[in-house]
Amino acid sequence: MANFTWFYRLASPPTSYAAAGRLWLWFAVPAVLLIAVGLYGGLVSAPADYQQGDAFRIIYVHAPSAWLSLLGYSVLGVSAGIGLIWRMKLAHALAAAVAPIGASFTFLCLVTGSLWGRPMWGAYWAWDARLTSELILLFMYLGYLALRSSFDDVSRADRASAVLALVGLVNVPIIHFSVNWWNSLHQGSTVLRVGGPAMPASMLVPLLESFLGFTLLFAALSCVRLRAEILMRERRPTWLQDGLTVSASHE
Amino acid sequence: MSDFFAMGGYALFVWSAYGLCALVVLWNALSARTLHRAALADARRRLSSAAP
Amino acid sequence: MTARQRRLAWVAAILSGVGLSALVAFKAFDQNLLYFVDPSQVVAGKAPQGKSFRIGGMVTKGSVVRLPGSLEVRFVITDFAHSVPIRYTGLLPDLFREGQGIIAHGRLQNGEFMADEVLAKHDEKYMPPEVAQSLKTAPQPSASLSTQPAQGQP
Repeated sequence: MANFTWFYRLASPPTSYAAAGRLWLWFAVPAVLLIAVGLYGGLVSAPADYQQGDAFRIIYVHAPSAWLSLLGYSVLGVSAGIGLIWRMKLAHALAAAVAPIGASFTFLCLVTGSLWGRPMWGAYWAWDARLTSELILLFMYLGYLALRSSFDDVSRADRASAVLALVGLVNVPIIHFSVNWWNSLHQGSTVLRVGGPAMPASMLVPLLESFLGFTLLFAALSCVRLRAEILMRERRPTWLQDGLTVSASHE
Repeated sequence: MSDFFAMGGYALFVWSAYGLCALVVLWNALSARTLHRAALADARRRLSSAAP
Repeated sequence: MTARQRRLAWVAAILSGVGLSALVAFKAFDQNLLYFVDPSQVVAGKAPQGKSFRIGGMVTKGSVVRLPGSLEVRFVITDFAHSVPIRYTGLLPDLFREGQGIIAHGRLQNGEFMADEVLAKHDEKYMPPEVAQSLKTAPQPSASLSTQPAQGQP
């Protein structure tokens, strides 16, 4: 058996609470900078598309939010599974922490896609495989959050909602591959594509900056929400005495 | 400059998308902070009531 | 079997159960998941008879005819094997043009597709107008404009 003491130490509430408290700013600052640079690049420096003109600039908010919707659910599903198997409070806390973030970006992805679809495709919405599976993802997030809120006891909410989170995990690869598996109105992937990204560097660089920026933002937000979720799970918060005096000085 | 805001006739769609993105990011930042503060206040309350 | 292994088995069972049922469901509903059929399937009689459906293909160059004084437009779409003529009255999306992939909703009438909605499809490629212009002078593989999703994607 390998030595996992470092892991258990990290998973202990005081350590992870303090680690998330130190980490979030290290994510947040580059996140804000990269998003600012990426969106400025997307709106100003990137050239208009030969077919779609300036409407294509919606990609710089639409594609990163789509990525966060999938990343969020992957983290949610995997940590819920770890929480179930190893009875690990920290994993359940992480699952609960990322769910509202992922849900909000799924919503953003659907609405920005709709705002892009209306002028280009000619419709706000179409029941094609990609759009429908992404809508199901939003319902999965909302179902998870609703199920959690129906329990007063946090650990029972953790276990019940984790099963739902696991069930929804199958949807993640379906969303990603839907445009390859079925005829759809939505086009294929631009960046993750055989033969490399189908974009010149002038358009691609701001997009990658935006992707990285939003991913770091997701990490920063997860850290802050994780701290709250750790506190909620501490019924006998003896360690909080030190932790609270430290955070109180930050307020 | 007005060309930039006109977005080649797609101003309504492009700016709504970016505006909504700003709102979602803002909601995320504020709600995360609110949640952590509430959890801290709650934990403080629990701690003081647990104290002898 | 320890309690942890039992829980691990439960998680594996949930994942494979849901995954398998999704697979079976997709096999069963494959036709309904296709957002559109292409002209070859229509010519082969695989399109739904007597009810409306969606057809997708590329607008044949030089086929677009607008009737003066009305919003009626006629054009032909093709998948490079077969073609279907389309008749539509209404506003067309900005991306509608000859050589563009489109998806029309409507029904077949005497070999002609009466559309009540026309959507434009675009591919995953983006480039500035100058690059597109210079690419036009060089021969372009027509498959890149196909309405089919690119084959062999990850």
